[in-house]
Order: sequence, then C-alpha cells, then structure tokens
Amino acid sequence: MWDYSEKVKDHFFAPRNAGAVENANATGDVGSLSCGDALRLTLKVDPDSETILEAGFQTFGCGSAIASSSALTEIIKGMTLDQALLVSNQDIADYLDGLPAEKMHCSVMGREALQAAVANYRGEIWQDDHQEGALVCKCFAVDAVLIEETIRANSLHTVEEVSNYTKAGAGCSSCHEGIEAILNRVLNERGEKFDPNAVAGERQKPSSGLTNLQRIRRIETLLEAIRPNLRRDHGDVELVEVDGRNIYVKMIGACAGCQMAGATLSGIQQHLAEGLGEFILVLPDSELSRRKLTTAASA
Amino acid sequence: MNGIYLDNNATTMVAPEVVSAMLPYFSEQFGNPSSMHQFGDKVGRALTEARRQVQALLGAEHDSEIIFTSCGTESDTTAILSALRVQPERKEIITTVVEHPAILNLCKQLEEEGYTVHYLKVDKKGRIDMGSYYNLLSDKVAIVSVMWANNETGTLFPVQEMAELAHAAGVLFHTDAVQAVGKLPINLKESRIDMLSLSGHKLHAPKGVGVLYLRRGVRFRPLLRGGHQERGRRAGTENSAGIVALGKACELAMQTLEQEKTEVRALRDRLERGLLAQISHCFVTGDPGNRLPNTCNIAFEYIEGEAILLLLNRLGIAASTGSACSSGSLEPSHVMRAMDIPFTAAHGSLRLSLSRYNSEAEIDYVIESLPPIVAQLRKLSPYWRGDGPVSNPQDLFTPNYA
Repeated sequence: MWDYSEKVKDHFFAPRNAGAVENANATGDVGSLSCGDALRLTLKVDPDSETILEAGFQTFGCGSAIASSSALTEIIKGMTLDQALLVSNQDIADYLDGLPAEKMHCSVMGREALQAAVANYRGEIWQDDHQEGALVCKCFAVDAVLIEETIRANSLHTVEEVSNYTKAGAGCSSCHEGIEAILNRVLNERGEKFDPNAVAGERQKPSSGLTNLQRIRRIETLLEAIRPNLRRDHGDVELVEVDGRNIYVKMIGACAGCQMAGATLSGIQQHLAEGLGEFILVLPDSELSRRKLTTAASA
Repeated sequence: MNGIYLDNNATTMVAPEVVSAMLPYFSEQFGNPSSMHQFGDKVGRALTEARRQVQALLGAEHDSEIIFTSCGTESDTTAILSALRVQPERKEIITTVVEHPAILNLCKQLEEEGYTVHYLKVDKKGRIDMGSYYNLLSDKVAIVSVMWANNETGTLFPVQEMAELAHAAGVLFHTDAVQAVGKLPINLKESRIDMLSLSGHKLHAPKGVGVLYLRRGVRFRPLLRGGHQERGRRAGTENSAGIVALGKACELAMQTLEQEKTEVRALRDRLERGLLAQISHCFVTGDPGNRLPNTCNIAFEYIEGEAILLLLNRLGIAASTGSACSSGSLEPSHVMRAMDIPFTAAHGSLRLSLSRYNSEAEIDYVIESLPPIVAQLRKLSPYWRGDGPVSNPQDLFTPNYA
C-alpha cells in the first residue's frame, strides 16, 4: 500500500471542485490517454482583476493524482493568475502533507495543468519541457532520464559522481546497481568501460591557478550570468561560502524548497565547473550548517 | 462486515489447521532435523511426512523429487540456473512475455550476461501460438520456462503439451505453477514436466516456504551449496515449521480440489456476471473459457485501478489491479500490454481472486458495492460525460504535451 497522508486520503475520498467549471474562460490539459494519466483544469477568471473565481478539475489517474488535482483547485481559488503561477508542485505536495516519492509527478502534473490553463487564458501556447523516466533513486526521487542526461552532460564516470551531481544514490544506496547500469550504457556508447574502482573526480586538480579572491570573484560573475534564468522563475541564488572544491549557495524565492532545486543546483554546478575549469561541488547552504555541526560534534 | 479478501492470487490466509500443525515446531519440536538425538529425530520424521504430502498433491512419482526452498522465486531461479549450468553449450531460453517478474527479471539479467531469451508473445486473450513455440525448440535451447496459470488473468497455458514437445526436442521444461497448485489437479508422473515451482503462501501455507519439483534423473546443479540438507540439492537448515505447514496445506488442498472446481468457480462466475450486468464499458480480460476457477479480471474503461482499489478498501474489500502508477506515468502491467488491451481499459483492470473461504454474502456485497465506485470515478474522468465516454476521447482531449 502507498503511504498516503490523511490529507491525501481526504482529498481523494472527498475531492473538492470535481468536474468542469461552467462558462470557464481558461482550460489546461496535461497528460494524455497514451501516456497514462490525464488532467483537465478549467478556470473562471475575472477579466478585470485576473482573479481565479472558480476552478474545477477532471482527472484520469490514481488516488494521488485525484488528490493533487483537488488540492490544486483549493490552493489557487481566489489567487490572481500571477500569484497562481508561483504555486510550485512542492506547494501542492506540502498542502497534502507530502506525497510518496513515486507519486511526486502527480503534483508536477497539477502545476503543469495550471501553467497550461494560464497560457490558454492569455492566448499563449504552453510547452511542457520536462521528461520523466523510471524512478531510480527512491530516497531523493531521481529518475533515469535525469541521471542519464547528467552523466552525458558532465561526462561522469562513477556512481559517486552521479550522487554528487544529482543526489541519486546518496541515501540508502540500494539503487547503485541501477545507476551502474546507466553509467555502463552511456560509457559503452562513448567507447569507454565502466570501472567500479575509478575514483570520483580525482582526475581534475582542485586548483585553477587563481588566488582565493580571484576565484570567488569568478564564481560571483558566473552566478550573475545565470541569475536572469532563475529570476524568470521567481527565484534567485546567493553565494554563501567557498570551501575548497565545495561551493555553498542559498536558494531564494521560488527556488527555495522547489522540488526541482536538486536539478537547479546541478545546473549551477555544471555552469560553475565549466567556467572555473575545475571539478567543484555546489551544495545547498543547509549542508554547510550540517557539516559545521558534524565538525563541532566530532571536535 | 469484517473485511472481504478477494486477493488470493497475491497471498492467502494460512488455514487454521495449518497453523495448528506448524505451531509445535516453534516450541517443543525445535530440534535440527539433522541432529542425532530425540529433538532432531521427530522433526526429521515430520519433514518426511510433509514431503509425502507435497508429493501426493503434485502426483510426483518419488518423494525425493520434492526439494523444499524458501519461496517460488528461489525455485524458479534454481531451475533456470541449474539448466544453464548443466548444459553450458546451450545459450538459449524460451519463456513468455507474461511470466512473473521472478522469471522475467532473471531472464533480463541472463541476457545481459550473453544468453538469448525467446519471449513467446500472446494474443488478445493471452494465448500462446504453439507453432512459433515449436519452431523455437532446438539443441541450442537449455530450458523452456512457462507458467502454468497467469497470476493476473488466471489464463492457463498448455504446459503439458508444451512439455511433451520440449521433451521430444531434448529440451528441459520448467513450469512456474505457483498459481495453479492447489487450484487444479496436477499429476506430474503422467507428464513430461522436468521441473515445477510452487509457493506455500499461495495455497494457505505461510510465506517463506516453497518447493522445486525435480524429476528423478534430470541433471541438476544446486543454487545454494553447503550442508547436506535436501540431499545436498538445497543447503541451509530446513524451515521445519514452514515445511510442516506446507505439507498440511497440500493435504488440505487434496481434499478441496473438487470444491475449487465447483463452489469457488460458481462464486467467481456469480461475481463476474453480477458486475458485467450492471456496469457498462467493461470486459473480462484473458481467456475466460480456459482459466483458474478462482480468478476474475475485469477491465473498466476510462478509470484507473488504484483509485478503484482505494475506494474498495474503504468498504473493506481487498482486490488488486494491473495498473501500476509510479514515477513518470501510469504503466499498465506487462500482462495487459502483452494482450494489447487498449490504454483506456488496461489502466482500469481489476483482479478479484477468490478462495474457498469466501462466501456468497461477501460476493453479493461486492456486486452491490463496485458499480457506484466505477460511476463515481467516471464522473471525475475527463474521458467520460454523462453515462458514456466522450466520443473519440483520443481526439477530443488533446493535451498540450511536448
């Protein structure tokens, strides 16, 4: 049995705002019969204030898909479209007191339907840009597609590197066989062989020949270059600490607590690694306090 | 009502008689059957008795053909790996696309290791084409492994005929019979089946005990080597309480085989007729004319199985579905996909599997409870309007998905 929270059960057994809104002026459709689950969100938006007056959903899917749809309609009713666009899939999951890792995509579907509906209202065309694969790492909800793309983009060779870039495999480690299989496949395509004894990232020297100050300035400049992308999604990033090859950042705004924060961090990491020309790790600032605590405890 | 259990293909209740038979083997009869003293001796005798009880149910010629294991998966793995190891020159395996993961995932791994696996396809009713099977048999094939009865649909494969063909071609034949044992009469001495797997918890024995039937004379290599238990064919101290329990469960199954064929089947048919009569846009999957007497698998179009299960569970009714909603997207089971069931229906497949412990009152309660659940979920479905599906759901609902 899935471990559903009471809130999820409640929204599944007694869904709010089920059915299509009459005289809706915005519709968002995501999913399809062929890919499995499908969600249609209909909204009645006040043209003057752009406030969502009514929201209704129709869902073909499992218990948590129905609960996520129901929660979404409750969250966005009364919001303006701009406010509603700030709702992340994590907000939907939080509203339901959490979803099992395998079911997080249900909340993603909710957020996408919302974006599609707003785009529809504004006469824009919404394009889904994410692709999900089979769940590999259950501890951190990382799927095969993300792992494979990250391995390709960063020429990774070891499970440890995959964990550093995606967090996959950094928990219980049961999925290491699956990660090795992906590494093996990608490396074979490149004409290389997976070596279980290879050491992660040791091939690159940590120093790039810059003084510490020059290096930090370079990092700031590199971060500045990607800020516009983050701000577009109502988020931001702040440099907190540089400790050797570990670079600690703080995610701000919509980026904070976003389910995609892991992917964003690995994107930033890739950008910084390329710009600095060395192997580095970008870690959330929460990691910094955790490490300090561990150091203090062991001292 | 105190819970209605219609998920007996997943696991079964341990029969009360079985529980009483096994309990002493946790306490006063705790000895190691290999020990040379009174504590071990009685346990050893009990194992002998259990072996004979299993032998009788399977219709095996010798009791030494029964090897106790820990589960169906272990039996399956032992059978296939043994066949490969005794015939290192043979690098091919024949199986079907609808096998249990115990076989399929093992075969997938063996493919990685260089073996060739032929997966027999099934038609829309889940049936194999014997012609294509016959054509695959050759001296390159180490083993054929085909399930006796499918766990999702209950559809039976003609394993006895398939075993004859394999035998004529000089190929070993294994069947995963975990769903069939105890529900159908089996007489192995009259068959050409070389190896057969069964699992205790599917026939009212506890979990953690299984059997590999190994025909006398079939060359064999153990999976687990160590002590001399099971005549050196499966090392490891015997799960004596579990084995005694399985023996007792087999003895009971001998007595209830007739009941499966008549009473359980009648209840299943009553359930199926009742549901089909009341619910539109649904159909029985698999081969209704040739299946286990206890299994009913119905696909309800335009709704999703897990949602049905959650609503049934609230009413105390336990069933299962062929729709696995996990990461990425909904994925209908490999069995539903293999039978080419349309997506609209495969996601809404519901398996109701009965046992001799179900009553008519329970069945009637399910017949009464399920139609409103289906209606309730269809009301939420974007593919349903009023009392029928939207026309051309695939075209009408065209989501914006890159």
